[in-house]
Amino acid sequence: MTAAGNGEAVVCRGLRKSYGPVVAVDGLDLRVAAGECFGLLGPNGAGKTTTVEVLEGLLHPDDGEIRILGMRWDRDERALRHAIGIQLQDTRLPEKLTVAETIRLFRSFYAEGPSVDEVVARVQLDEKRDVWVRRLSGGQRQRLAVACALVGAPRILFLDEPTTGLDPQSRRSLWELIEAFRAGGGTVVMTTHYMDEAARLCDRLAIIDHGRVIAEGAPLDLVATLGADQVVEFTVGSGPTPSESELAALPGVSGVRRNGDGWALTARGVHRTVPALLGRLERDGAELSRLATHDATLEDLFVHLTGRSLRDA
Amino acid sequence: MREGPGSGAARPAGREGEGVRTAPSAAGRPPTGRGPTRWPGSLAQLTLTRMREFVREPEAVFWTFVFPIVLALLLGFAFSERGDPTVRVAVLDAAGADAVVRILADAPGLQVEVLDAAAAAAALRRGRVALVVAPRAGGVAYRQDPSGPGAREARLLVDDALQRGAGRTDPLAARVEPVEEQGSRYIDFLIPGLIGLNLLSTGLWGVGYTVVRMRAGMLLKRLMATPMRRWEFMASFLLGRLVFLAIEIAAILLFARLVFDVRVHGSVALVGLLGVLGAFVFTSFGLLVASRARTTEGIAGIMNLVAVPMWLLSGVFFSYERFPEWTHGAIRALPLTPLVDALRAVINEGATALETAPAIGALGAWGLLAFGSALLLFRWR
Repeated sequence: MTAAGNGEAVVCRGLRKSYGPVVAVDGLDLRVAAGECFGLLGPNGAGKTTTVEVLEGLLHPDDGEIRILGMRWDRDERALRHAIGIQLQDTRLPEKLTVAETIRLFRSFYAEGPSVDEVVARVQLDEKRDVWVRRLSGGQRQRLAVACALVGAPRILFLDEPTTGLDPQSRRSLWELIEAFRAGGGTVVMTTHYMDEAARLCDRLAIIDHGRVIAEGAPLDLVATLGADQVVEFTVGSGPTPSESELAALPGVSGVRRNGDGWALTARGVHRTVPALLGRLERDGAELSRLATHDATLEDLFVHLTGRSLRDA
Repeated sequence: MREGPGSGAARPAGREGEGVRTAPSAAGRPPTGRGPTRWPGSLAQLTLTRMREFVREPEAVFWTFVFPIVLALLLGFAFSERGDPTVRVAVLDAAGADAVVRILADAPGLQVEVLDAAAAAAALRRGRVALVVAPRAGGVAYRQDPSGPGAREARLLVDDALQRGAGRTDPLAARVEPVEEQGSRYIDFLIPGLIGLNLLSTGLWGVGYTVVRMRAGMLLKRLMATPMRRWEFMASFLLGRLVFLAIEIAAILLFARLVFDVRVHGSVALVGLLGVLGAFVFTSFGLLVASRARTTEGIAGIMNLVAVPMWLLSGVFFSYERFPEWTHGAIRALPLTPLVDALRAVINEGATALETAPAIGALGAWGLLAFGSALLLFRWR
């Protein structure tokens, strides 16, 4: 129980895990402070789920050291099970139990925690309290899954892609749920492949690719490492396109990459970049079919780091 | 849908409070930290879950409660024909056939038809007739598969009728005094067998499929991520079964009593105890066969492998005494055999607890072995 004192909720050093010849996690280090919301961001297959499942004590690592709240899975499993709450990817809860029955079942495993009605209220399923699980929408099921993770009043909440496949409104209601848990001082460790989700919820992120952390820090700081705050995307409809090196030489541009059938320029100070770009194209007699600028995001960072986008990686 | 970095700034700045939250208990239980509350235990909740899942599945209820009764009804009537069953025989269409047919047509218990050689051979092969009589000069020849069902009975009946028809007289006066004693009819034999069979089926299939579905749906993995005690999960299947067991056995016995006048000659409590042990054994078997399987197809194969030998050999529908002597040891070693034997002894012969003690011991041992193995082998992912 020292962890609460020194503020470290999760410490993970040199984590390795392979499935046969496939290396899922390849020497991963993480530290999550108590009260923090920590995100593992990465494309599908990056090793996020394997990593959290090792942290959750559901998988044995091939190598590495794990401390959760200062405890170890091999020595303190029961205490740890009581101290953490887990939502797994695609758990099919019993279809013919009601919401309240499901929560009561999970609640019965824990020594202490909120009442069933409190949990039902917290996940806003009051109206569905006595409805069978199979009649719930995807978003409601997911809130129920989180409810089952909250029944033991956990100190750490592990969420594995909590909003994947949900509609925007359901996603926002889950985000609020997570923020409410945080507001009560809880620690959250979550995986996601949505950068908007990571940017909104997480204090700190580890961007993971091929089982390694390729960047780590606060979302704003991570985006700042791009050395640019804007992205200019354009597609030439007709006429010659400037070469990559010519684009890189435009004022304020710090990075150039192909973006579908056009280009994306990361830039600081688009007020200088865009006029220069337009002037250049006009001189060449080229005509734009598309031009857009947006604030640089984690997605841009991921593309910058890996050359691939989060979604199609 | 992208959000700019600005959205990150909206996050609540929770860091400042960190120094204040010194008491670990406050930090430990963020949302509405509450003292320990009294809850119905997890074993009770798990058992309730099993029961809810069962009663909310109409098909499971049908197979558990209705199917054995339908089976009893069908088999009970099929094997309780009034009077002597008739034996079908054929006479080969040849010289002298008429005389043979005349004699056999008057003989009791025989149904005779005249067939040509090819038709007679076919009828014999298909089991439509048990015997073909071929008239010969100065006598007859009997064609049959001597090991076929009812072969000997047909030969004795036909031979007796023909010999008497040819003028044989019996020196000894003999007559049959029919006995219809309760506890000795086929339905009396069948009912305890069906109870045993039902315990086997509901245990194996009810538990096996449920567990495999839970594994496939990652629910087992989710449960493993809670502090749930594993043995409680396993035991909930047993306890959940016990509640319905009483209804299940009572329904079969009541039906048998009302429709076929089958009476329980021994102690009803002892029948109940055997039922509990049977449920323990076969629920544990269900857990054991489901301990590793990942798909319902996979477990269906394993369950058939376990169940079919017992259906056939353990004396559910007919006595295993019909199998060769040397097989009896192996058959009695199957868990369904002592269960059905003991149920039969208690229901039909009024056997006491002491007399069924070996069966009780064997069932207890099987149950513990299967439950223990399931606990060890069980795969939660």
